[in-house]
Amino acid sequence: MNEVLKAVGNIFLKMPKGFVVTFKHLFKKPITLDYPRKKNPMTARYRGKHYLERYDDGTERCVCCGLCAAACPADAIYMEPEENEKGERRAKMYEINLLRCIFCGFCEEACPEEAIFLGQVYEFSEDNRNSFIVGKDDMLVPHPRKDNPLKRIYRRVRRVYGVTDKSK
Amino acid sequence: MSAGKTVTLNMGPQHPSTHGVLRVVLELDGERVIKATPVIGYLHTGIEKTMESKLYYKALPATDRMDYLSPMSNNLGYCLAVEKLMDIDVPEKVKWARVCLAELTRIKSHLVWLGTHALDLGAMSMLLYAFRERESIVDIYEACGGQRMMTSYIRIGGLAHELPRDFDKLVRKALKQIPQGVKDYEDLLTANEIFIRRTRDVAVISAGDAIDYSLSGPMLRGSGVNYDVRKANPYSGYENFDFQIPLGKKGDAYDRYLIRVEEIKQSLRIIQQAIDGMPEGPYRAHIPGVVLPPKEDILYKMESMIFHFKIITEGFKAPCGSVYQAVEAPKGELGFYIAGDGTNKPNRVRVRPPSFINLASLPKLVEGGLFSDVVCAIGSVDIVLGEVDR
Ligand code: SF4
Ligand code: SF4
Repeated sequence: MNEVLKAVGNIFLKMPKGFVVTFKHLFKKPITLDYPRKKNPMTARYRGKHYLERYDDGTERCVCCGLCAAACPADAIYMEPEENEKGERRAKMYEINLLRCIFCGFCEEACPEEAIFLGQVYEFSEDNRNSFIVGKDDMLVPHPRKDNPLKRIYRRVRRVYGVTDKSK
Repeated sequence: MSAGKTVTLNMGPQHPSTHGVLRVVLELDGERVIKATPVIGYLHTGIEKTMESKLYYKALPATDRMDYLSPMSNNLGYCLAVEKLMDIDVPEKVKWARVCLAELTRIKSHLVWLGTHALDLGAMSMLLYAFRERESIVDIYEACGGQRMMTSYIRIGGLAHELPRDFDKLVRKALKQIPQGVKDYEDLLTANEIFIRRTRDVAVISAGDAIDYSLSGPMLRGSGVNYDVRKANPYSGYENFDFQIPLGKKGDAYDRYLIRVEEIKQSLRIIQQAIDGMPEGPYRAHIPGVVLPPKEDILYKMESMIFHFKIITEGFKAPCGSVYQAVEAPKGELGFYIAGDGTNKPNRVRVRPPSFINLASLPKLVEGGLFSDVVCAIGSVDIVLGEVDR
């Protein structure tokens, strides 16, 4: 009997509280996003698709030291070195297999030249497997580019370093 | 149905309520379950073996992918185990930050559980509400580690980066938002007669049985056994925090629901304490040759550069010997057993996965019960198949 009374009490006294919760949500602004049209900006540290940085004069920062390949837990990076006109070392071939890559960001942390970064791009689906093996040309940032490179590198470096920026 | 005639039914591996790729072979007599056999292994990825073939620091991203709903707890367990093996002491701030993140992880994992469990039992909007609050936590993850799920943020000897500059703000925002959400959930479910009827006295396990099956986490505490690794063997400075361990009485699915909701509230308390008392300090221990030097040093200091190269290419050598380190993951006691053999790779890594061991009690929970309660039982165990199969 007690059980029944309790159940009746629940149904008539407490359950309406739940209905109120549902009802209130009728008047709330939806929190969902109209995705392909609107996008949330990713945070500064977001680990998306890789890109390779350049110096201001357009030469590649990467010296093909192989540290990123050594750090990669998924063995997704392959590279071959060569020398450029000035006799500086650089990558002849630099490939990342995005199908193997687990986007851990270890390559970015390992790179002593601030050459490779994981960017904000997360929409890079393709319809064939070969196009997931991205080469140097696909990853190098265009030169000359529009935004101020110094500011940009500084910002990226700062994010990797983890320096707290009090000014912002 | 004539007596003595049974039907064998395959539930899963692609059943929406098995939370992944669990297959349960059920022997039914009408609506009654005579025998239940969980069949696992569909998501086997060989994580333990992978970790044995990698340098210590490179094995870390693999732990994210075990229980992918609570990556930070997995990171924490692995890092604490390696730190114990290597005898590393981490700075005070790291400990506090880790506690804060581990508790956020607990809330996040419980919210997913709450949403999916209620959805299994017919409360559709719970899923949407729970994921709304979960969003505030994955935002913190993203700000810290750069990914919303596979964070790899907690590292051997500290954290991957400095805490983000808006960490405090984001956490406080979550601390404000989540209690409102929890109130909504409680209004919707706690006194909801339909929910109570589906979960009260369903999937019961007694305290004795729970201990015999070596259950842990809310499964164990739901039966009234007071065991929580955070209190029993405090790690990462949990002894400094004031929180309670909620206990159940009957050991049924409803008790486990109450406990998980209460755990969310206790976790909120811990996070509040952690964020208020977060000390200043470095985000990584300074141990040359073992822990990566801060990135800004690499460009200017020769030694840092050398250590950086050495750690990245060769890792560090761990001493011979074995350690076991347990943490209280959202699903129960998550233990890492690591045997070092003097080289830069572990000789053996063994994970004590709470989901796997809790899942072993499923036959006990459902045998003799009704078929539709199997859904409730699987839900209330709170499994993640990534962790069960590893
Ligand atoms: S990207 Fe960086 S780590 Fe990788 S080869 Fe180039 S310079 Fe070395
Ligand atoms: S993000 Fe990780 S897996 Fe991907 S290429 Fe870099 S180191 Fe390798």
